[in-house]
Amino acid sequence: MADLSKSVAIVGTAESDEIGLVPNKSALQHHAEAAHNALDDAGLTKDDVDGLFTAGFSTLATADYMGIQPKFTDSTSIGGSSFIVHIAHAMAAINAGYCEVALITHGQTGRSSRAPMPPDPNLPTLQYEFPYGFIGQPINYAMAATRYMHEYGEDRTRQALAEIAVSTRKWAMLNPKAMMRDEMTFDDYHDSRWIAWPFHLLDCCLVTDAGAAVVVTSAERAKSLKKKPVWVLGAAEGHDHLGISTMPDLTSTYSRETGPKALAMAGVTRSDIDLAMIYDSFTYTTLATLEGLGFCGRGEGPDFVAGQRTAPGGDFPVNTNGGGLSYTHPGMYGIFLIVEAVRQLRGECGDRQVPDCKINLTNGTGGALSSTGTVVLAID
Amino acid sequence: MTEQAYSKPIPVPQGESDYYWEKAKAHELWLRKCDNCNQAYFYPRDICPMCFSRNTSWIQASGKGTLHTFAIVHRAPTPAFRDDAPFVVAMVDLEEGPRMPTNLIDVEPDPAAIKVGMAVEVVFEDITDEITLPKFKPAAV
Repeated sequence: MADLSKSVAIVGTAESDEIGLVPNKSALQHHAEAAHNALDDAGLTKDDVDGLFTAGFSTLATADYMGIQPKFTDSTSIGGSSFIVHIAHAMAAINAGYCEVALITHGQTGRSSRAPMPPDPNLPTLQYEFPYGFIGQPINYAMAATRYMHEYGEDRTRQALAEIAVSTRKWAMLNPKAMMRDEMTFDDYHDSRWIAWPFHLLDCCLVTDAGAAVVVTSAERAKSLKKKPVWVLGAAEGHDHLGISTMPDLTSTYSRETGPKALAMAGVTRSDIDLAMIYDSFTYTTLATLEGLGFCGRGEGPDFVAGQRTAPGGDFPVNTNGGGLSYTHPGMYGIFLIVEAVRQLRGECGDRQVPDCKINLTNGTGGALSSTGTVVLAID
Repeated sequence: MTEQAYSKPIPVPQGESDYYWEKAKAHELWLRKCDNCNQAYFYPRDICPMCFSRNTSWIQASGKGTLHTFAIVHRAPTPAFRDDAPFVVAMVDLEEGPRMPTNLIDVEPDPAAIKVGMAVEVVFEDITDEITLPKFKPAAV
């Protein structure tokens, strides 16, 4: 495989104008606003865009809405990790000469949609899982967490989930764009109502309205743009099942493959990572992913996150935007991990800025713990 | 008293799964098995997902298995499940090898009453004239 490390950079990123509860905007409007803001951030215009990427909608819809006629088009849609994977696809396309300025957009109205998209009855999950109520990710991920508790101990797993919920909220309290900014105590966590045992309400991500966009371009073009390039050092992607009942191992996400591959491509080690951005659809997702990525061994996650280690002031910052748990989560959240990683690497994060943040690892998870995409990002 | 229509999701069989659902209607649980790599698998499909052989057949399952995992659903995922909540979603490791999604019934929806690894056995719930769902309950001791 060609060595594409540091061959492209993220040069622009932004959310849509308002995120959270936004009842009167369409999902495509979030795409366009975010694209507008991300192109401004890069110092580029719509006319510079020749590669277009999205998930959920087809790029036919996003291109039509924004008035873009792309030369390279990619609607890879594998859940919330899609937008991380798009970065790798943009890297490949730019290096192969198919496009030079890649625009990745996202927009969803998970909270306020006037017409939610119905699932496809031809999928095996509709035939074999939905009739039993395996509907929606809280239920699917809860079954994975139960298995983890069985294998590694219920009490220490419960404590780990609480640590993650509380530490993530502490970061959200430092992010003006976060939806949930009130303090959360451990008691608040344990007292919150059951959604699907073993998940409390505070194990589960928010459901919001939001959009975000990311602009990727060649190393050469990146050097002449408005802000310092955020280099893509490594990237990897993959998946190992569709519905939760065909997941090979409920306590091991595909990050076990994509993490090591992305790190190897980047030529960095885990101890070089200044900031981990990890898709937290649920507290359990963070726990299982830290292990999958190899930051600790299997079953060691509860020790790894103990004592608010991932919170502000801890020595292993995770999800400094407040995560899907407390900042925003419109449905497929992955792109917001990149928004925060880029801002941290550029030093734009104010009160929540991680000091001397040079190298980031971002891992997106999609579907029913089905897919992962990992990237390693860095700034000179 | 009029019978209330079944409002939860009803599976739409595909050609390759008609047999599975016909057998479920007869209160039998049947699985696909690969005659090349000799493994049973779930969900039913014509081509083996392990070795990709087309040399596959059907076997009747014993209906016995162990609980692989579960969750207790308190917040109904759709209005149709509201009357059921709290209810137990589960995956069962069948004696023949495959793992299948299901509900655990005839049990208190309480984590103290349900243990991963517990023995379970199939029961059949006729949800419409055409469709029967295989569910599981704690095995008789």
